Amino acid sequence: MSRLGKITRRTLLVGAVAVAGGAAFGIYQIRKPVTNPLRPEQGASLNPYVIIDQHGISIIAPRAEMGQGVHTTLAALVAEELDADWESVRVLHGPPAAAYFNAALAHGALPVPGYAMQDWQRSVTEGLGAATKLLGLQVTGGSTSTIDGFTRMRMAGASAREALKAVAAERLGVEIGALRTESGQVIAPDGTEIDYRDLAEAAATRPVPQVALRNPDDWKLLGRSLPRSDMRAKVTGQAQFSTDINLDGMKFATVRVCPYLGGGMAGFDPAPALALPGVEQVLDLGDGIAVVASNTWAAMQGAEAVQIDWTPSPLPATTDEMLDQIARAFDTRPNSTMRDQGSPDDLAAQIEVEYRAPFLAHSTMEPMGATALLQDGHLTLWVGNQAPREHAKVAADAAGIAVEDVTLHTVFLGGGFGRRVETDITRQAAALAAMLPQTPIRLTWSREEDMRHDFYRPAAIARMRGAVSDGRAVLFDAKIAAPSVTRAAIGRMIGREMGGPDKGHVEGAFDQPYAIPNYRVAGHLADLDVPIGFWRAVGNSFNGFFHESFIDELAHAAGRDPLQFRLDHVSAESPVAGGVLEAVRDLSGWGAPVPEGVGRGVAMTWSFGTPTAVVIDLEREGGKIRIARAFIACDPGLVLDPAIVRAQMESGLIYGLSAALMGEITFTDGRADQGNFPEYDALRIFNTPRIEVAIVQDNPHMGGVGEPGTPPAMPALANALFALTGQRVRELPLIKHADFLV
Amino acid sequence: MAVTLVVNGTRRETEFAPETPLLWVLRDGFGLTGTKFGCGVAACGACTVHINGEAVRACQIALGDVWGDVTTIEGLSTGDTLAPLQQAWVRHQVAQCGYCQSGQIMQAAQLLAQTPAPTDDEIDAAMAGNLCRCGTYSAIRAAIHDAARALDGRRAG
Repeated sequence: MSRLGKITRRTLLVGAVAVAGGAAFGIYQIRKPVTNPLRPEQGASLNPYVIIDQHGISIIAPRAEMGQGVHTTLAALVAEELDADWESVRVLHGPPAAAYFNAALAHGALPVPGYAMQDWQRSVTEGLGAATKLLGLQVTGGSTSTIDGFTRMRMAGASAREALKAVAAERLGVEIGALRTESGQVIAPDGTEIDYRDLAEAAATRPVPQVALRNPDDWKLLGRSLPRSDMRAKVTGQAQFSTDINLDGMKFATVRVCPYLGGGMAGFDPAPALALPGVEQVLDLGDGIAVVASNTWAAMQGAEAVQIDWTPSPLPATTDEMLDQIARAFDTRPNSTMRDQGSPDDLAAQIEVEYRAPFLAHSTMEPMGATALLQDGHLTLWVGNQAPREHAKVAADAAGIAVEDVTLHTVFLGGGFGRRVETDITRQAAALAAMLPQTPIRLTWSREEDMRHDFYRPAAIARMRGAVSDGRAVLFDAKIAAPSVTRAAIGRMIGREMGGPDKGHVEGAFDQPYAIPNYRVAGHLADLDVPIGFWRAVGNSFNGFFHESFIDELAHAAGRDPLQFRLDHVSAESPVAGGVLEAVRDLSGWGAPVPEGVGRGVAMTWSFGTPTAVVIDLEREGGKIRIARAFIACDPGLVLDPAIVRAQMESGLIYGLSAALMGEITFTDGRADQGNFPEYDALRIFNTPRIEVAIVQDNPHMGGVGEPGTPPAMPALANALFALTGQRVRELPLIKHADFLV
Repeated sequence: MAVTLVVNGTRRETEFAPETPLLWVLRDGFGLTGTKFGCGVAACGACTVHINGEAVRACQIALGDVWGDVTTIEGLSTGDTLAPLQQAWVRHQVAQCGYCQSGQIMQAAQLLAQTPAPTDDEIDAAMAGNLCRCGTYSAIRAAIHDAARALDGRRAG
């Protein structure tokens, strides 16, 4: 059996259920063949998404489960066509493999607003999809997973089903057309049932039948809320995250890397750590140290005890100086002007204001962690991650071995939000495993290490000019300055700088469906080396706040109702977005008189293919302001699992509200001032609003759901604060400006 | 010097130093990884376990100070039968990433033990120390109410 076979077997073993004698189905293709990475030792894989063994059917989800429910929906795509019994299907994460490239990542690549994309432009992105395949990007991000899997994974299920039927037809001596399938069985006209398990090995050797996909009217699983495949494991403590792997002889480690970002380490004294009980070794990581101990707590105590001589950060000494540096980008030529309509320079501004958004941490519930073992030259890693092939490459590099000698298990992610695209934890774990061969290492970061070594959502500044006339906006002129996430994060991933106009930098501002005659959005890239990365909704997370706060200012300047003002500008430009505004209006009862002591705000952002509108109600309560109610309406087009869409909308909303209300990372001498939840908190159950969600399905194209709830939550909150207090806050977080219940 | 604990009804011995927080004895010593590390400063509730039925933050309780029997998420269900709270969690499909959910459930278990039919305000007060970055709070609240009804029905029955 090949190395790949062994790799796959180990992967499946980690799924908590051993695959003993399975089958992975044939070579599956749409246009070009992709190599099926699945080679079970004694079974059949019918394609990269289906393994059938003696225990039943396993479906391979090529994307990471970080809470967004994607394992459930992706598996349902296959199960729907395969006629597998949902309750008995196992869902496993696939190994790093080119077969699992994410083509839908390219849908956002064209420099045109998603809402206005023409059919021919969509087909161009299909070609770009092939390019991401060449790059082999197996990335969970950009709210793309379901869109990417929608056709491919149904086809995988359908072709596996037909291959199984073909084998059954031969055995029974009947026409294939006379057979039907149900609950993992082929059923003959005379009632004879053959279990898929008895057909899989033969079916796996067949050429792949090309099959028409079922009509959605005939769907049994898709379109309804399914029990999530990961739920039972997650309520019993059995779900395995990066540091939940138990191995014989395991050692426990933590790291302490220079917190003065960009700085290093001039030297260290390990003696105080080595004197502590349980501490075994202090290892030099170059820019910091790792402590290896008999348990994680001893390692963490040891890491604190090591005397380290840090070298300073090259970053500006204060956050204010950093923002000054970002503001200097306004003096440079814009990197992009992706919206440029009318003659903005010829109009006098009635409102001219500046907005600011702070650095933010991802603050996933699970701090960064990984488990690693280098044994006989082969590295095995367990790490929840959003880019398995990148992580495997980095691990190989850190351990000084070939990538073929790396087995990477993508376990559950204790929150991702973009943080686990980054490979820093994997690099450290692999380096430690290489320093201590034959010894399993469980590496756990402290919360402080996690918060102080994030790849932050960048701070951003917007300078806005606007004017209204006869109740309508006539000028919307935005200049946005921020460091480029695209350049930083993609650069880290592909090893070269991205050139050209940076769409991600201005997304959420240039691509909104408003009809305004003089409408310009220019992006200025700031030169500031704070580590930054993808943070839920990326550029939309600050641009949504800028755009929709300023639209609110224009509405009030025009003396208009802010929701109707939006509808007037949006409906003709995009009926789909207009429909979402109407849905949130109806859901929230917008227009009815607002009681004394209540402030109500609205915002709408089109991001990741899904227009999403939010209404927030604030109430005064005992001298504090409570976020009392939230209403959210979205239109992601065809919905495959309503409960998961609803959960993601609530999740994105709460993530956005948390940031807008209290999220801020500040720096002193290049070191983040916030290290743990008491300094960087989020909404909790008592200050989370009551939430209602409306899902519209008029969008002709499928959009994402993991991120679109986040951007409009922030301006809706700020706009509600304006409605309540008359105070227009143009700087987040709001807690610095108003007395919220926290 | 070995310390003996009763965890999920089983007597266990550990050589961990007595000042080691219970969290790490459970996770690293006993392999009970359902209890999670989130912050180390009692600010998130991910490590919530029970000692003699009382919900505590395992990151703050030294091994040497453990005063009674310990129950973790692994000990909440009986064989394949989920505890009523876990069943409610499944009915309401509460978990997203799932990392905080062991702690949420253990905290909710104490709430229902003390307050069999909690109001929303009582739920908010009892669960305020348990952070969830995925924002599953609405589902948590609904599941607690549901479990309370189920338990009440069981008592009545």
